[in-house]
Formats: sequence, structure tokens, C-alpha cells
Amino acid sequence: MTFRDRTTNVDALRSWRGDVEADYIYTTGVAGERFFTELRDTGRILAAHCEACERTYLPPRMYCEKCLGPLSDWRPVRGPATVEAVTIASVDAHGNRPPEPEVWAVLRWRGIHGGLVHRLAVPPKQAKPGLKVHPVLRPAGSRVGNITDILYFAP
Amino acid sequence: MRKVACIGAGMTLFRRRLQETPKEMCWEAARMALDQAGLEIGDVDAVVFGSAPDAFDGIHMKGENVLDACGGIGRPYVRVFTGGGTGVFSPIAAYWHVASGLFDCVLVVNEEKMSSCQPHPQSVFGHIWDPILDRPLKPNLVWIFAMEMNRYMTVHNVRYEDVAAVAVKNKRNAVGHPCAQLADPHITVEDVMNSEVMAWPVHRLDISPPSDGASALVVCSEEFARTHRIESPVWFAGVGWNIDTTFWTDRDLYFPEYLANAAKIAYKQARITDPRRQIDFAEPYDPFDYKELHHMEGLGLCKKGEAPRLTREGVTQRDGDLPTCPSGGLLGVGNPIAATMGIKVGELYLQLSGQAGQRQIPHEVRTGVTNAWGDLMQFSSVVVMRA
Amino acid sequence: MTAKEVRWPGKELTAKEFYNKVTVTRYRPEAKFAWSAGEAMSRFLAELQRGRLIARSCSSCKRVLFPPRMFCEECFRPTDAWVYVRDTGTIETYSISYIDLDAKRIETPVYVGVVSVDGASPKMGIMHYFGEVAPETIRIGLRVKAEWKPAHEREGSVLDIRYWRPLRRGE
Repeated sequence: MTFRDRTTNVDALRSWRGDVEADYIYTTGVAGERFFTELRDTGRILAAHCEACERTYLPPRMYCEKCLGPLSDWRPVRGPATVEAVTIASVDAHGNRPPEPEVWAVLRWRGIHGGLVHRLAVPPKQAKPGLKVHPVLRPAGSRVGNITDILYFAP
Repeated sequence: MRKVACIGAGMTLFRRRLQETPKEMCWEAARMALDQAGLEIGDVDAVVFGSAPDAFDGIHMKGENVLDACGGIGRPYVRVFTGGGTGVFSPIAAYWHVASGLFDCVLVVNEEKMSSCQPHPQSVFGHIWDPILDRPLKPNLVWIFAMEMNRYMTVHNVRYEDVAAVAVKNKRNAVGHPCAQLADPHITVEDVMNSEVMAWPVHRLDISPPSDGASALVVCSEEFARTHRIESPVWFAGVGWNIDTTFWTDRDLYFPEYLANAAKIAYKQARITDPRRQIDFAEPYDPFDYKELHHMEGLGLCKKGEAPRLTREGVTQRDGDLPTCPSGGLLGVGNPIAATMGIKVGELYLQLSGQAGQRQIPHEVRTGVTNAWGDLMQFSSVVVMRA
Repeated sequence: MTAKEVRWPGKELTAKEFYNKVTVTRYRPEAKFAWSAGEAMSRFLAELQRGRLIARSCSSCKRVLFPPRMFCEECFRPTDAWVYVRDTGTIETYSISYIDLDAKRIETPVYVGVVSVDGASPKMGIMHYFGEVAPETIRIGLRVKAEWKPAHEREGSVLDIRYWRPLRRGE
């Protein structure tokens, strides 16, 4: 069934413009507060461990997603991170081309469930899975408690 | 269809601002509900999540965002959404999961985090209006409620103080609720009448506050309740839901026809032919004080235009003949939209299982009804429960 | 919740803690839209620009549907014809608003409400502003007429009507 009246003159069809305005402040949460203040104040990356499920979560959370038990055993991640997957971004979030392509990676630590997504400070050709990298942070005084306190990961 | 029980409830504090992320609030409520039922997540077959528009939390597809905290990983998991009606709709979804025989035990988690939205959650309410017909007028959502309240009061010749009495009753009832945001044992009708006019006839104290919060329920089959030796299951006796046109300017706002239609479905299932006599107490949705009156009438708990008199005569007080919003309601406990499940279906469960503590209705109650209301003031979900 | 449960989860933050103390992230989405107005609304907007209100009729249920739509939601069939309705009507309900879109307080209140439009089926209308009224004179049931912007200022929007004002003698 279709409409019996149908506009064939496209100039008679109209559109209506509008912005959906919104502005947000997200708290980092109970676990996030501890994770980000530790990163800001000591530069350490903390994970949360579930004894029952023998799992250590990064980013850390206040519950175990497997048994839904509370997590209170927090421990810093140790050793370098391993690059698991990479992408070379030639366009930014607005569709613009940055002067240099950006390298982004999924990073994992041994014995850790989860990991982080972050920038990789290596030339695109050297960005390969298996690369061992360390976080490079903003100087201690200028960190704010945010994921961008980590500037990038480098070999 | 199989018999379905509610066997556990949990909820966070309702507050203007909580530090918890949406996930964390969900987990806290879910953990509490499981603990109360004496279960672990491994006992749960499926998970239902409910939340109002993504725009409040500011996370698109927030159902996916919070699923790990709800025990959704590796389980049948679904988000349901009926706007402000979600608080009573997600338990209905859990009901049909179990009644159908597909699942034996379902965890329901509802959540809303309204403090993320700046400068005020009202700002994103603006986007629910029709972009061509309504939005150019720069409407605030309170307008629509003010217009409905005015229409209701005018048609039935209702006095404002009889509407304000609902806010007073609920904010006082909330004194007994440990999660309450706006409980006030001393509030008077004069306080409400003298509060700032937002959009006449709506005053500031006629409105429930925006809140952060989460709530959870555990819902199961009769067999599951028996084999797990659940002490005081509370049974779903009837469920219903109904929606009216989005062309809201084509409806007479004085009566919620959609709610009467939803209640009819639920009452048929619950074999209720005379709601006023067969129902012992009610938790109608009360984001505004006039809505409690509107919803009592839509639920058939009294005749059209009669709810203000019942309120004035004390019938709806906790110790009255028809206790209404004994939880303290949205007006007293708070309004984290979908999470109000904890004070609607959650309150029916607690009252009917004798676990409402300080809020327990002093006389014996066997049957309760609740509803939620949402979308563009056009939808209602109804649940009837029995001890 | 019960004797078994004593701890109620939730860490409350004061406004000061929320805005100044705890770690947060901020985000301001840039969401810009252009909605196609479709068949019914395109014609509706074009007629507004000409200073007229238009509806659609359904020959099955005999209703005159306003705002206009290309299908009848009751009969579930296409509507049949364009019908002009009048720019007079009745106030079904109203509010006097002291808050803006963001719930900020405003000095001069806005009169807003629903007008059912003459010529459409009963109760069918639109939301709009009211003017030339006062708290003492506005009432449900008041007969009103659209106060149009001058033709050259109209652009095909509901704002082509400035507001609805009480009928004057002889109108």
C-alpha cells in the first residue's frame, strides 16, 4: 500500500535542521577513581584481581564479571605490554586527514584479562603485533587523572 | 503459562550525584538482589536490562555498556525500553521470559545516571519532541506535564491543595526508605504551594528530582523457587501494557486511556473485576504529584475525578484503606527513571513478602498493583502481584 | 532492604566534589541533523508560509486529521484528501512557564498550550504560544485565533504563527 498523493516536484519537499545539543561530565567511578588517581599520582597502572576466578582485570573494576563478586585485591601490572593488534588511522574522528597517520594498538599484559587501547609511537611500518612496549606518561605534575595522562606507548 | 515469582530485590541509594559509573551502579544493585535471594550469578539463566534514553547517561547503546555488570556475559541478554515506562516494563519482560518456559531464573537490572548530563537532564529531554512541530517552540518537558495537570484539574474542578497533598504524603512516606533522596517528615501542603512555580500549575515540589540510581530483581519459575527453598516468593498475578498516539495534541489529556487499557489486560489475567475491593495497595507512578491521582483513576482504583477526595480523606495514607505509594514514591525516594523499578515492582515485592521494615503497611496486604508511565506521556506498563 | 541486608550501596557526591574533586572525563557530542519533512509535513510547512493551516481527511473514518499525515493510524490505510482548516480554535489546556529549555529561570513567563483547530476533528490540534493574555484572562475553553507573521517574514515553520490570541469582537 502506498500513498495516493505523492509529491513529484522535489522543490516542494522540505527538510528541517536541528542540532542535538548535549554536554556531559562522566565520573570515572569507584574503581576508575582509584585507577586514575594512582596513574596521576604514582604513574602506576593498576589491575584488580578476583581470587575465586583467578582473573586479573584491566581496566580494573569493582566486580568480577564472571562471578559478580566484589574485587578488593588491586595490583600494578608488571613488565612490558605486548601489541596484539594495530590500525593505522589516516582520518580523524571528523573525517579530516592528520598530517601524519596515527598508529593505534590493542595492548595486553601477561596474566591480565583485558588491556588498553592507546597510541603507539612507532612508524606505521614497524607497528606489528608482538612488539613489546612501555607507557610514556605526562610529567608527574601535569597529570590530571585521565587516560591521556598516558601520552603513548613506545618500544 | 507458568507461574512466575519475584524472589529478590536490590537497589542503590537514589541521589542527585553518585560517584559510581552506570556499570558500577548496575553491579551494586544486581549483587544485592542476588544476595537477598541467596543466589549466585551462576543460577541465573538470562538477564533483562532496562534504561530510559541513552542521552541521560551520555552513552550510546548503554545496554551494551553495562552488560558485564549485570551478569550478561555469555547469557541471553536483552535491553527493553519504553521510556519512563521501563521501570515496570522490564519486570514484565522478565515475566514472559519465565512464563513462556524458556528460562527458570532471570535477573532484571534497571539503571539511570542523570547527573552526567549538563547543565541539567532537562536539556536532553528537549530532543524527544517532534523536530518540526514542537522543537521550534523551545519546549521544556515540564510544559507537557503542566498542560496535562491543568487539563485534569480543570475538567474535574480539582483544588491545587489536594494535588499538593500527594507530594506531602509521599515525601513523608519516604522517611522510612533507606535510599530516599527527598524524604521530609515535616513537609506541609503550604510548603508545596509556596514553592517556586516552574510551569504553572507545576511548582518545584510537585516534581520528583532527577537522580542517579540502579535497582535489580530476581524473577523465577515456581519450580525454581521450590527447589531453591525460597521462603517468601511473591507472584506475578497479571501484566499489561498499552500505548496511545504520539500526536499528543490530538488526545484529551484529562484521562490516561492507555493506562486503563493496560490495566484491563493485567486485571483480566489476575481475575480482578473490582480493583478498588480486590486490590489492597498501589504504587502508581508518581513523577509528579498529579500523576498519582491520574494513575489511580487510570488503574480503576476509583472513579474519574475521585482520587483527590480519597487523598484528602486519608484513604491513601500508609494506614488507610488503600495505601498508595507506601515506598515514598518518585516524589520522595527519587526519580532515576528506569531504576524506579526498585520502588514500584520492588516495593510490591517487599510489602507482599513482609520485608518493607519501617514502611510495612500495618494491616495485612495480599494484592498490590503498580504502573509506570512514559514515552511521550502515552504509554503505561502495569503489574499486579500477590503474596 | 531487609534484616538480612543492611548496606545500601552508592557513594554520594556533593556538587563541589562532582565538579572539583573526583576524576572525570568530559564530552560534548556534535550531533547535527537534517530531517526530511516527508509528504505531509512538507505541504504543511508550505501552507504555513502562505498563512494557512492544512489537514488530511480519511474517507473511511471521516476524520479530518490535524496535524496532517499520509496514513490514518486508526483505519491503517492512506488518507484521501487535503483539507484546509481554519486558523481559529479553542484552548484545550495551557501552562505559564517560568523556565526555559535547560530549566533555567526566565523573567518574562511564556504562555503555552494546546489549541484544537476549527475544521479538524474534535480535540485535534497543535502546541503553540498564546499572546495578548494574562494569568487572569487565559482559560481552558477560550476561543483563539492565530496571529501570523507578515507574509515576507514567513519561512515555512510553526513559528510563522507568532502566537494565538483571544478572538476579537466580530471574528
